[in-house]
Amino acid sequence: MRLGALPPDPRDIYSQMKGGSAPFGKEDEMYSFDFEKPSSIADAVAALGAEDAQALGGGQTLIPTLKQRLAAPSVLVSLSGIAEMRGVCVEDDGALVIGGATPHAIVAAEAAGSYPALAALAGQIGDPAVRNRGTIGGSVANNDPAACYPAGVLGSGATIVTNTRQVAADDFFEGMFATVLEEGEIITSVRFPVPQAASYQKFLQPASRFALVGVYVARFADGVRVAVTGASEDGVFRWTEAEAALNKEFRPDALTGLSINPANMIADLHGSKAYRAHLVSVMTKRAVMASL
Amino acid sequence: MPKDSGIGASSKRREDVRFLTGAGNYTDDINVAGQAYVYFLRSDIAHGRITGLDTSAAEAMPGVVKVFTGKDFEGVGGMPCGWEVTDKHGAPMQEPAHPILAQGKVRHVGDPIAAVVADSLEQARDAAEAIDLEIEELPAVIDMKAAAQEGAVLVHDDLKNNICYDWQLGETDDAKVNEVFAGAAHVTTLDLVNNRLVANPMEPRVAVGEYKRGTDEYTLYTTSQNPHVIRLLMCAFVLGLPEHKVRVVAPDVGGGFGTKIFHYAEEAFCTFAAKACNRPVKWTSSRSEAFMSDAHGRDHVSTIELALDADNNFIGLRTNTYANLGAYLSTFSSSVPTWLHGTLMAGNYKTPVVQVNVRAMFTNTVPVDAYRGAGRPEATFQLERVVDKAARELGVDPIALRRQNFITQFPYDTPVALTYDTGDYNGTMDKLEAAADLAGFAARRAASEAKGKLRGLGINCYIEACGIAPSNIVGMLGARAGLYDAATVRVNATGSISVMVGAHSHGQGHETAFPQVVADMIGIDESMVEIVHGDTSKIPFGMGTYGSRSLAVCGSAMVKATEKVIDKAKKIAAHLLEASEADIELKDGQFSVAGTDKSVAWGDVTLTAYVPHNFPLEVEPGLEETAFYDPANFTFPSGAYACEVELDPETGQVTIEAFTAADDFGNIVNPMIVDGQVHGGIGQGIGQALLENCAYDENGQLLSASFMDYAMPRADDVPFYGVDHSSQTPCTHNPLGVKGCGEAGAIGSPPAVVNAVLDAMNSGGKAVDHIDMPVSPSRVWAAMNS
Amino acid sequence: MKVSMTVNGRLVEGDVEGRTLLSGFLRDQLSLTGTHVGCDTAQCGACVVHVDGVAVKSCNMLALEADGAEVGTIEGQAHADGSLSVIQQAFQDHHGLQCGFCTPGMVMSAAALLKDNPRPTEAEVRKYLEGNLCRCTGYHNIVKAIMAASGQDVSHIAAE
Repeated sequence: MRLGALPPDPRDIYSQMKGGSAPFGKEDEMYSFDFEKPSSIADAVAALGAEDAQALGGGQTLIPTLKQRLAAPSVLVSLSGIAEMRGVCVEDDGALVIGGATPHAIVAAEAAGSYPALAALAGQIGDPAVRNRGTIGGSVANNDPAACYPAGVLGSGATIVTNTRQVAADDFFEGMFATVLEEGEIITSVRFPVPQAASYQKFLQPASRFALVGVYVARFADGVRVAVTGASEDGVFRWTEAEAALNKEFRPDALTGLSINPANMIADLHGSKAYRAHLVSVMTKRAVMASL
Repeated sequence: MPKDSGIGASSKRREDVRFLTGAGNYTDDINVAGQAYVYFLRSDIAHGRITGLDTSAAEAMPGVVKVFTGKDFEGVGGMPCGWEVTDKHGAPMQEPAHPILAQGKVRHVGDPIAAVVADSLEQARDAAEAIDLEIEELPAVIDMKAAAQEGAVLVHDDLKNNICYDWQLGETDDAKVNEVFAGAAHVTTLDLVNNRLVANPMEPRVAVGEYKRGTDEYTLYTTSQNPHVIRLLMCAFVLGLPEHKVRVVAPDVGGGFGTKIFHYAEEAFCTFAAKACNRPVKWTSSRSEAFMSDAHGRDHVSTIELALDADNNFIGLRTNTYANLGAYLSTFSSSVPTWLHGTLMAGNYKTPVVQVNVRAMFTNTVPVDAYRGAGRPEATFQLERVVDKAARELGVDPIALRRQNFITQFPYDTPVALTYDTGDYNGTMDKLEAAADLAGFAARRAASEAKGKLRGLGINCYIEACGIAPSNIVGMLGARAGLYDAATVRVNATGSISVMVGAHSHGQGHETAFPQVVADMIGIDESMVEIVHGDTSKIPFGMGTYGSRSLAVCGSAMVKATEKVIDKAKKIAAHLLEASEADIELKDGQFSVAGTDKSVAWGDVTLTAYVPHNFPLEVEPGLEETAFYDPANFTFPSGAYACEVELDPETGQVTIEAFTAADDFGNIVNPMIVDGQVHGGIGQGIGQALLENCAYDENGQLLSASFMDYAMPRADDVPFYGVDHSSQTPCTHNPLGVKGCGEAGAIGSPPAVVNAVLDAMNSGGKAVDHIDMPVSPSRVWAAMNS
Repeated sequence: MKVSMTVNGRLVEGDVEGRTLLSGFLRDQLSLTGTHVGCDTAQCGACVVHVDGVAVKSCNMLALEADGAEVGTIEGQAHADGSLSVIQQAFQDHHGLQCGFCTPGMVMSAAALLKDNPRPTEAEVRKYLEGNLCRCTGYHNIVKAIMAASGQDVSHIAAE
């Protein structure tokens, strides 16, 4: 089929302005803010010193939030131009280190050999286009109660490395959308000890495709960790009873009879407290099964 | 052999080229020199009284052109309702005012209170935040049954209650109905909900109003399925403008599904404000705004009772439905639970006694109106669910029970006001049984069970009524519009043809399918025929596209106009061939004299029409004809659907493993497009059945206010569908013998899915009678563990 | 603030605000209105474009983040002579679009998929389209078109 109606080179189409053009379109409904894109961590930290400055990872959650005018930063400091914060590498001790500004798609591809369960988790976040922008640092810092990464970080017993300190995952998450991060503190990398076996089992919330319940099970030489996302009103948490049972015997049957108290579970359009509590058990069993 | 052009050919869509290359022209792509932007300040509460509204600070904000409130629209008409329903006592429905901007009260989350026009949208939105608004919050009425109670909070203070109408169709003698049920060998009763939906065409609504001071002319660009209807309603009922001074253009429209039929306040506002501000005014809905300002769909709560005799013949059917209309009457909202719903309650069955009762409620929610199927999905869902439940209760095969009760003689007068002209329900069911390989189901179930999954098979039938007409009858039923359509066939001198049609194409492929008809009638190449639609300045008139009516109604007008053109062309040809007009035949673009080798080509005749040197004196030059077509009856597409699901008993997750549709659409012009229409309808039906749920909390806050909570079907939620439309009983009363195919999939699929889920649950040993849509994993799990 | 990027092979410059989205820059400043905006929560995918070779949602990326990038939009997908690309042609051949609004995003996502995975299975195609909503087609013919564009025989997939 020939495109007779188009100009000789269809790529020239944008030279033909339509009517009187508006300066900006409907998508730009956010409050006004300045934008900076430093190329070093030091410059980013300096830029974030400004009043009401906010870090911008991939923006996949932040930009929709800004469109709703739920935040009014004075300046967004993009972390996407900081080369030292991007990439995946395996250190000498075997730990997997992921730069804070590394998109999910890169983790899904590059960690597939070194830490397949974590790579699989990254490959289940959002959708392909979101995974090309969204970053681990942004996800972990935001600590959405239904996000996938917090389960992987907590389940792996990872260490969150910021520009000022290193924080163990067990100490990092402080409930829904809350972490120990200070104003202006940047997650520069996350360091994952690689378990003997692990699996992330995600049950989709059908609309958002976040986790209705997601369970990350990691089996290390010194014990099993079970982290649950999507389920609790307190955000990601470790299911210690399951860990204890699995430490005795790492088999799905070891979880038989174990259940989680529905009282603190999230209840919404997509599932009751009891349903979420039930799914935690089912997804944990499936994660164990997949880790065998 | 499939044809390669003309009627019956799967011609590739010509409109695709522009859409595939980014060269479409959607309303938001239109920017008019000097345009300003409007941002609507909308209510964030469901029900309240405006006690203070001060816009002075907003007016002083940078870039603000003007701030409008309800005061600016005092004396201007409100949004009209196009169908007056008469209740069962003979009284007209209660019809509250529906202002463009709130007058004293807000009645749903999203109700527009003020509108800020500014140089940029950001400035308009900034200024809207500076409006000083005080609202006294009132208790909200959300639940329909609560709304009906004596003493319920009134949505409209000037109405006597929240009941728009209490309507009945079919058997009016309650005693007779009671007698049938009392004498029944078996009665199956079912309470069910038809879940509230949001149509969500992928293109949000947009309106651009323009006013030319020099000529006192208005242009409205809008995302509409029916620009003439918008012009008529806006001019005659809302703004009081002369129709000839108003042009309404609906360019490329990114899907409608009913929700772009209606005349919306934003359209009237942009038209009004363009003059008031002396600048073009543009509004583009965000998706979040769409959730609280596009008319919603469905939202019925029903009880249905089916009476059977000892031989399992259906002897009586009674339904009681509460229908939610939302806070105001949207354009055709009143007709949906009544004439588009009650009339279909007989379904495919020869039930002799049918009584339909519908009470329609005002609540503090977004207005509810037609969404793909509009009333017919609600009727089909009730009927096909209760038949399925009856089969389970009686321990009989659900297909056999249906076949036993099928209507087999046509025409058939139903007890609910319709006359089905034609159909072959057994033949269509035969097609389904073959296409869906029902014989192989047991083996497939065993394979699922071996994986620890439950498998279910759901069957249902549907009948629908399309091309609602004729105008004199619908007028008696309360329609405030005619339901004909129009087409002008303009033959150019060189023989190419422009056809101006009143139907609007927003995905249906009219630009391809309509030319197939005209080209076929004349015997010329399809590429010589072009369809013009969507612009009131180019098209004589049209009622637009909805109710699967375009080809059956507008297409028939096009056929009539083309016949007139051919008749005139034959006169010219007869003159050129020096023969009698009666002897002229038209075939393959050649006029010939019967029984001779004398002929003249289409293009020579058309050229002669415009260069009438050698021309019959009694014939006018030119070759252009217009026809209006008012159908004699509805058309009645019907079908039988089968759905196979797999159910994970641990999580309640349901996956659609197979879906097969056997439809009878009568004659088919473009099979490829018809398949696509069925696919899309099934996709939406599966969405309703498994995923979609527009929910409010008890305070009237919309819980599913974005795609984060309103689950749209995605590619991995659905399978490839099997589609068979080889069962064809042509419509008896339109020239093409076509019935309409746009809504069938959405009508026929929800009960198939739910029947399949219940079959799966019951096969797992869990006796479950019913589960409400959407059949979410949590609901399935709860039902299986109750 | 100044921004420059290469769009469909041509260097373009513009003056934008911090909050200007890439979709807004493309649509309003470059009049590349083939990129559509269908939601505000980064889910519908009508706005998908390519940035430095990968698919992104342009309504969820600031224009300034694309400074210096190579951007590809639907307007640049056809061959230089104006003929449809293999994917575009497959969409037309298999009726993979109806209203056309989601189509640019679908084509851009399909192009990104086939670059990474030249012969995807049906399940892989469906999974990859997780971030692209279509309300018209029920996805049947979109999936079929993408599989056909990958050179696979789709004649066994139900049609009429």
